[in-house]
Amino acid sequence: MATFSFYLFSIVAVLSGFLVVFARSPVHSVLWLILAFFSVAGLFVLLGAEFVAMLMLIVYVGAVAVLFLFVVMMLDVDFAALREGMAAYLPVGLLIGVILLVQLGFVFGAWETTDIALAQRAAVTPSPAEVDNTAALGALLYTKYIFLFQAAGLVLLVAMIGAIVLTHRKRVGVKRQDVLTQMYRDPARAVELKDVKPGQGI
Amino acid sequence: MDGFLDTGFGIFLIVLLQCLAVTVFILVCLAFLMYADRKIWAAVQLRRGPNVVGPWGLMQSFADFLKYIVKEIVIPAGANKPLFLLAPMISFVLPVIVWAVIPWAPGWVISDMNVGILFIFAISSLHVYAIIIGGWASNSKYPFMGALRSAAQMISYEVSLGLIIVGVLISAGSLNLSRIVEAQAGGWGLFHWFWLPHLPMVVLFFVSSLAETNRPPFDLPEAESELVAGYQVEYSSTPFLLFMIGELMSVFFMCALISVLFFGGWLSPIPGLPDGAIWMFAKMVFFFFIFAMVKAIVPRYRYDQLMRIGWKVFLPMSIGWVVLVGFFAQYGWFWGAYQRWAIGG
Repeated sequence: MATFSFYLFSIVAVLSGFLVVFARSPVHSVLWLILAFFSVAGLFVLLGAEFVAMLMLIVYVGAVAVLFLFVVMMLDVDFAALREGMAAYLPVGLLIGVILLVQLGFVFGAWETTDIALAQRAAVTPSPAEVDNTAALGALLYTKYIFLFQAAGLVLLVAMIGAIVLTHRKRVGVKRQDVLTQMYRDPARAVELKDVKPGQGI
Repeated sequence: MDGFLDTGFGIFLIVLLQCLAVTVFILVCLAFLMYADRKIWAAVQLRRGPNVVGPWGLMQSFADFLKYIVKEIVIPAGANKPLFLLAPMISFVLPVIVWAVIPWAPGWVISDMNVGILFIFAISSLHVYAIIIGGWASNSKYPFMGALRSAAQMISYEVSLGLIIVGVLISAGSLNLSRIVEAQAGGWGLFHWFWLPHLPMVVLFFVSSLAETNRPPFDLPEAESELVAGYQVEYSSTPFLLFMIGELMSVFFMCALISVLFFGGWLSPIPGLPDGAIWMFAKMVFFFFIFAMVKAIVPRYRYDQLMRIGWKVFLPMSIGWVVLVGFFAQYGWFWGAYQRWAIGG
């Protein structure tokens, strides 16, 4: 059953990865990308990494891909024109792909064979029977790697504030809603009752 | 027979039957909840509500159901047909899936997974796609604008919901929903549940879940007054029905989630009375009643106010609460009310 699920998820992931590139409409590309994320989350569950799988769904599918979809739907980009240069850029793309593949191979090889990696894994991995995924990750992140974790958080915060500062323009002469003044308006002073006689007006 | 049930196929069959039982139960409940919703709404407005089909109009939902499925499915000429039909299906299937992790009684849960809460958020974050795809595939301006609005609303309130429950998770020490309910058990009955220590968050969670499920007063996605019906303008017949059922089902699911997180799930409110699924169901129906009352009583919000209250009021409040609960739980203040992770490990 596990083997069947593994092949199901991996085949779907690879196929939808190809379709991301080859789909005609950019919106379809993003939807295929979502399917790819979904299958990868399934693979994580098969590995026993349920926490990472759920984070994958929440962060990538629930937030990142939604942004992609927004941008692709709203921007008026002529994707047919972009596609024309495909043949020219194909070798570069392939080269980058090969480099990435080789690097991943190195990472995998080192992770499997180097003494340092083996020792590190042995030191930090609690037995899955004792501690569930979430607790194990939390214990590691908030004790051993707390400074790295905080630094990563800080980098993200700086990036976010930077993006806001760079793009936010304070425009003058725009009518804004001040919610507090709206809420504290007194109905007795805001509304005035007038006794209007027929045919006269105020 | 025992041997068969231990094989892979046997387990598959059992899980399938369990899923079917829960789904059918929920769907039947929904038919009557729809009726109850309309009756309560009518009662508040001094109307009679549905009273023609069946005794006291009880069969109204089934009549509506028949009406929906025998009508013609209209697909706009410029619509993207596969996506146009995919969207309502997503909208219906996702709220069904999340019921898998709701514990009805000790052990009465289809999938007792360790990351139950995260699963719920993962699945409900997919719900946005039903709306965006539906609005985009209709190939029309109104649904598209409606879809963008509702997507923005749902994403905002998902963030808020996610932060609000962190306090409960800290107290319970687990992401598993059954463990969260067990952590609320105690000799005090009703006063041992999480609603008391986490009272501010109960209010915030309730309001956020109204916004998340597009219920009034936050039903801006389908705001009739300005957008006709938001992302579902072009939908008719069965696809429209699927959207409506999906929406109602996520409302009922939110009732279940509130019961589990803050009101002790299957635990009985009075010490001495036996616990059981009946309490869980009673709590869910009670919260549905409150949802229905809110729909009847509260006027609709303005869109900018909705966004403001989500990002500028709820988010800072819930972050502050997480910090507070962190201290309470760590140092065991308030007689350990916030520190119940002994069970969770």
